[in-house]
Amino acid sequence: MEKRVTFNERWLPYLLLGPQMIITLVFFFWPSGQAIYQSVLIEDVFGGNSKFVWFENFAQLFRDNSYAHSAQITVVFSFLVAAIGLGFSLLLAVMADRVIRGATAYKTFLVWPYAVAPAVAGVLWGFLFNPSVGILAWMLQGIGIEFNYVINGNQALLLVVIAAVWNQISYNFLFFLAGLQSIPKSLIEAAAIDGAGPGRRFWDIIFPLLSPVGFFLLVVNIIYAFFGTFGVVDSLTKGGPGKSTEILVFKVFNDGFRGQDLGGSSAQSVILMIVVIALTFVQFRFIERRVHY
Amino acid sequence: MVENRPFLTMLSHFVVLLGVVIIAFPVWMTFVASTHSQQTMLQSPIPVLPGPHLIENYKKVLTEGYGKVGSTPVMMTLTNSMIMALGVAIGKIAISIISAFAIVYFRFPGRMYFFWAIFVTLMLPVEVRIVPTYGVVASLGMLDSYSGLIIPLIASATATFLFRQFFLSVPDELTEAARVDGASPMRFFWDILLPMSRTSIAALFVIQFIYGWNQYLWPLLITTKESYYTVVMTVSRQANVVDSVPSWNLLMAMAMLAMLPPVLVVVFMQRQFVRGLVETEK
Repeated sequence: MEKRVTFNERWLPYLLLGPQMIITLVFFFWPSGQAIYQSVLIEDVFGGNSKFVWFENFAQLFRDNSYAHSAQITVVFSFLVAAIGLGFSLLLAVMADRVIRGATAYKTFLVWPYAVAPAVAGVLWGFLFNPSVGILAWMLQGIGIEFNYVINGNQALLLVVIAAVWNQISYNFLFFLAGLQSIPKSLIEAAAIDGAGPGRRFWDIIFPLLSPVGFFLLVVNIIYAFFGTFGVVDSLTKGGPGKSTEILVFKVFNDGFRGQDLGGSSAQSVILMIVVIALTFVQFRFIERRVHY
Repeated sequence: MVENRPFLTMLSHFVVLLGVVIIAFPVWMTFVASTHSQQTMLQSPIPVLPGPHLIENYKKVLTEGYGKVGSTPVMMTLTNSMIMALGVAIGKIAISIISAFAIVYFRFPGRMYFFWAIFVTLMLPVEVRIVPTYGVVASLGMLDSYSGLIIPLIASATATFLFRQFFLSVPDELTEAARVDGASPMRFFWDILLPMSRTSIAALFVIQFIYGWNQYLWPLLITTKESYYTVVMTVSRQANVVDSVPSWNLLMAMAMLAMLPPVLVVVFMQRQFVRGLVETEK
């Protein structure tokens, strides 16, 4: 889409674009270029000398078991975050959509977790499940379940999933609710007159009509689980115990800053960049389709 | 409602209420913990109802901070977070509204290149390219400064697209009228476009304020001086410090203070928040 009426100025548009372009160049293109450049170098342990090694850093990553392990955890983690998050928020949205009285009040009570920082969400859930004083850990112990995320890897992963889902729930809920409210009431009424019960109406009409929103949220949730959950992991488990919650975005940081392995960390950055670009591409393709629909 | 099914309506209320309770539970426990003494919070099971130490605990963290070593008063970290959040929100809005104005209202060589250069920034969150970005900021001497906290985060494609979308929907007649009356482009921008963009600006402000306030990794990396610490990073840092006797009451008072400003913004500007959330995804 283009404007029919425009202004004729020679230098003004460049001046207006200046601030954004300078910031984008300095803090976006330059570092991204550096990541790509460093991903094909190996730096001397003593610093200073670096050697061009083609794709050696990448080859090393793919041979590295800990990288494969981290990738595997990331996939499991994102799947759980997306599945539990979408399921739970869809249930809440459908139920909130049904009640007419109090719907806006419910909305107010469900939107605020979005405002809580992921790192703080991690601290909150860590407190609830703290092995010595956590109230939920204590309750679980009461029914015979020993919950200690500090030493048990699977429980740590589960806890990170719970905290991440909690943080994202309002986002999913709002989009599902908006999707539900945009479904024409006449469709539902027609089905009701034809004798379809609430369950049948949900699966045969509401669910298919919601699927574009659902697909969009799926992509957003995967992007969120991949990149937005650094704070949750760092404040809850620091990737541990062992390496059982070390998702990819955490490993980039860990190898680069704590391990001082610049080449390896940059290669990981480049791989993650490719993943985000692919996911963003899927998201945009889909949005285009929704517009034409 | 299509038909009257009292049982289903009851069930719906019940499920949503249960959801609200589950979602609010962590924050309730945090609040409860922040109102008890340190001793009470060391014995399991901990209480589930508020205690009498509310004012004392909050006063302590606000003025003295938490812990014995390297404690930063929360008052200071709250101020830093506020500066950072406002800086990021206002900075983003300012630079993207003028670049969207340039892209929509002018024809000039290289316009599409600029457009795509901004578009690609949409794709890479700072977490992905964190190591080299740190390097760039360090070499510019911007570590431990407000400009280092704010400027690298304010390049934003989403805001630019939002304004572009909005400008495209502004009727051409307005531009024509302005031109006939001899208004310069900047006059048109200040007197017509900017006042019309109020609702978009408010919606974006809410989203970007939360984004800036909740930053964690970035301030963690580039600040080493306590006087630049933000509240979110101190909460997480203190939670991970292995103290001989953890002061859960104080830590949770800090967590409450870290959550309060963005939550208040969302609750009181709910309409703008929902609008911003939906529109930035277009």
